[in-house]
Amino acid sequence: MKKRDYVLVAVILCTAFVFWIVPKFFSAHTDSILRISIDGELYGEYPLDTDAEIAIGTTNICKIQDQSVKMTEADCPDHLCLKQKSIDASGGTIVCLPNRIVLEIADGEQTEPDSIAR
Amino acid sequence: MVSRQSLTPLPADKRIVRMKRKTAYLGLFTAVAIIFGYVETLLPVVVGIPGVKIGLANLVTVFVLYIYTWKEALIVSVMRILVTGFLFGNLFSILFSLTGGLLSLLIMAFLKRKEFSIIGVSIAGGVAHNIGQIIIAALVVENVKMYYYMPVLLVSGLITGGCIGVVSQELLRRLTPILGITD
Repeated sequence: MKKRDYVLVAVILCTAFVFWIVPKFFSAHTDSILRISIDGELYGEYPLDTDAEIAIGTTNICKIQDQSVKMTEADCPDHLCLKQKSIDASGGTIVCLPNRIVLEIADGEQTEPDSIAR
Repeated sequence: MVSRQSLTPLPADKRIVRMKRKTAYLGLFTAVAIIFGYVETLLPVVVGIPGVKIGLANLVTVFVLYIYTWKEALIVSVMRILVTGFLFGNLFSILFSLTGGLLSLLIMAFLKRKEFSIIGVSIAGGVAHNIGQIIIAALVVENVKMYYYMPVLLVSGLITGGCIGVVSQELLRRLTPILGITD
């Protein structure tokens, strides 16, 4: 290995780092939306970009803050949904089973089937 | 002190012997590259990331690039891609391999002149191969978001290219005297 080789390796690693870090900044402007459904029926869709406190029916309250969603209040006995990890643009769901509420992240665009590469 | 070769032109019969030997070797290397490519499909994916493979066939390309020139490496590489593509793949896989292989060879031939060591050349080749494939993938899928996959492929190209480089270095050192290419 010569000195030039090490420079090459360093350049490649830096490029990889840039490609890894840049999308993280841009992902702050995703058009992901929060989809709330009760008993399988759509209750409402909210953009992740704007902070909001959403009352879901009379039973639950969820909060959108800093691109992530968390259930803040629920009248159910076990409060499992409050303990669930907050969800963000990378996906995930929060479920409140007693009240049959599902919070999930959907992409702003309609989902298309993934392409298949072999 | 002038070297023998530059002093007297090579006799015609010796040139013919050399050419015959080269033809045979290039055929042999192409065959080895095809076998390597096939053997690799039998190996399980070690790292668990789809699309990441060692690139054993690239070993032959690097080796040929160093014992001959980029022209011979180009012949072996393209022949290998076409044969494996028609045997095991389809036109799409040929397109993918060809883009990766050609870009890789182009970069390697360029860096070889710029006094990089064989390991550096091989690393650049591995990385260029992956970049070529991701560009084609982005064009085919028409989705620029393929660049999310870029860091993974850059680093994996670096590692696999490095491995191939080390092995090529050893191969060159041990095989060149046996093959009798220089005489």
